[in-house]
Amino acid sequence: MHPTTAGMLLAGVLFVLGLISILVRRDIIFMLLSVEVMLNAAALAFVVASAHWGTADGQVMFIFILAMAAAEVSVGLALILQLYHQLKTLDSDEAAKMNG
Amino acid sequence: MMGPAFYIAAAIAVIATVMVITRYNIMHALLYLVVSLLAVAVVLYLYGAPFIAALEVIVYAGAIMVLLIFFVMMLNLGKESAMQEQRWLKPRIWIFPSLLCLVLLGELVFLISQNHQPPSEIKVVDPKAVGMALFGPYMAAVELTGILLMAGIVGAYHLGRQKEKTLHRFLEN
Repeated sequence: MHPTTAGMLLAGVLFVLGLISILVRRDIIFMLLSVEVMLNAAALAFVVASAHWGTADGQVMFIFILAMAAAEVSVGLALILQLYHQLKTLDSDEAAKMNG
Repeated sequence: MMGPAFYIAAAIAVIATVMVITRYNIMHALLYLVVSLLAVAVVLYLYGAPFIAALEVIVYAGAIMVLLIFFVMMLNLGKESAMQEQRWLKPRIWIFPSLLCLVLLGELVFLISQNHQPPSEIKVVDPKAVGMALFGPYMAAVELTGILLMAGIVGAYHLGRQKEKTLHRFLEN
């Protein structure tokens, strides 16, 4: 198999696994984990494309995705903490009833 | 043509991710997620990006996972957490992730010892070119990323703050 095809296939499989997890799970920490898996797969696709074309842009995008994931996790965990203090549960369906 | 090293690392990544999304316990899922990220780091190394692979290990498998693990530990404080810890750390739980990690480690040692070269179809980008691009045409994006991280810190601090009770001093006892 061509290296680019193989790498893109791996990235696609990992992304779809994360997507399935975020659709199936109701625990909100698991949903955050699934977002991490999906972001990681997208970053892998960028690096594979960078190796295919021989340019640095894909790796630059990887670094940006890394910084974005770090900021996203910190804010997401703070939001989950607030949710847990208010609802005493990590079930994301409970948060559907946002009444004031 | 990718060698068998790629297929082993890719298989470990997919197996570990499947284990992540089928666990019920968040700690077990995090354990497997670290293995998955390490496997992806080996794949990145095979694609001629050792600097990116190191970043993946340090930032993803190191910093972000430690943040998540600390957070999960913070959420279930209590008397039974020590007992739960004991229940979680049975060998049955950690033996399979350790096995996957050992396979990855053996692969990495093998690749480094035989001075591995990426396959001929792909072009290697050295870290110097990445640095030149980051601080050349992408300068504005780097500054925006800095602002994003700052906003993340301020937002996390603001959201994570506990609300203090606003009771009048005659009402509290």
